[in-house]
Amino acid sequence: MAKYVTDEVLKQIGKAGEARTLDVERGAIRRFAEAIGDPNPLFNHEAEARSTRFGGMIATPTFYRSLSAAIPDVKIDMPTARGLDGGSDWEYFEPVRAGDRITVQTKIADIRESEGRLGTMVITTTETSYTNQFGRLCALQRSRAIRY
Amino acid sequence: MAKKQFYFEDVEVGSEIPTLEKDPTTQQLVKYAGASGDFYQIHYDKDFALKNNLPGVILHGALKNAFLGQLMTDFAGNDGWLRKLSVQYRGMDQPGSKICCKGRVVKKYVEGDQHLVDCEIWLENAKGEKTTPGSATVMLPSRRA
Repeated sequence: MAKYVTDEVLKQIGKAGEARTLDVERGAIRRFAEAIGDPNPLFNHEAEARSTRFGGMIATPTFYRSLSAAIPDVKIDMPTARGLDGGSDWEYFEPVRAGDRITVQTKIADIRESEGRLGTMVITTTETSYTNQFGRLCALQRSRAIRY
Repeated sequence: MAKKQFYFEDVEVGSEIPTLEKDPTTQQLVKYAGASGDFYQIHYDKDFALKNNLPGVILHGALKNAFLGQLMTDFAGNDGWLRKLSVQYRGMDQPGSKICCKGRVVKKYVEGDQHLVDCEIWLENAKGEKTTPGSATVMLPSRRA
């Protein structure tokens, strides 16, 4: 028997947060690469990146971290308030370039309960889609938040 | 600056991916906070971190995710493409000590016209502990294509 993840809680699966559309600036792409310490010309130098098959600078795969939308609130009647980041799975389909307009939307993909070394844990999986101005899906992110 | 381009035919199951060394500093955590917009104080305010029972400021999980992303985009090269990247946060990492991003090929296969390589990847601290395991799939160019 689930202690916290009741049928009522499960009804929140599929709930989507408000979508947000963000402009990608060349400076932001470069600043992100610099912050993570990635000197790859593909993410830093327009002139050098032009000679690659991408024909210009693209964003690092984790640049999407800087583009976020509202995460839908999940109501669970749980006495504890401790949280952990359970990690992320990414799938990449299209590169992101300077000048792109990316629409970001996050929805609740899964809520489950499990027993672990921390006691009863509730794992909420969110799925975030990143779609460009041509309606093409650039990336999908699935992240797990753990409450215990 | 041009790195070696790996081709599908160059790698075998068990092949090691060239290691990427990182030496994160508190300054890098501040830069990452600014670039990503993650301003949770445990990543730059030592007093706040100590009050939260942490040994000091710790690396953003997402920054470690980015290090492993760099490991894989370096491996894929300009003619490859990172298709999938997964990370799990098992242990904390603190600035001021070296960490290594490592990986190994676990599977190679062809899907349609794509030459794919699955890898297990991880981030290793100075003590040799794997704090951040994960997996990745890259598409590599083929010499036969």
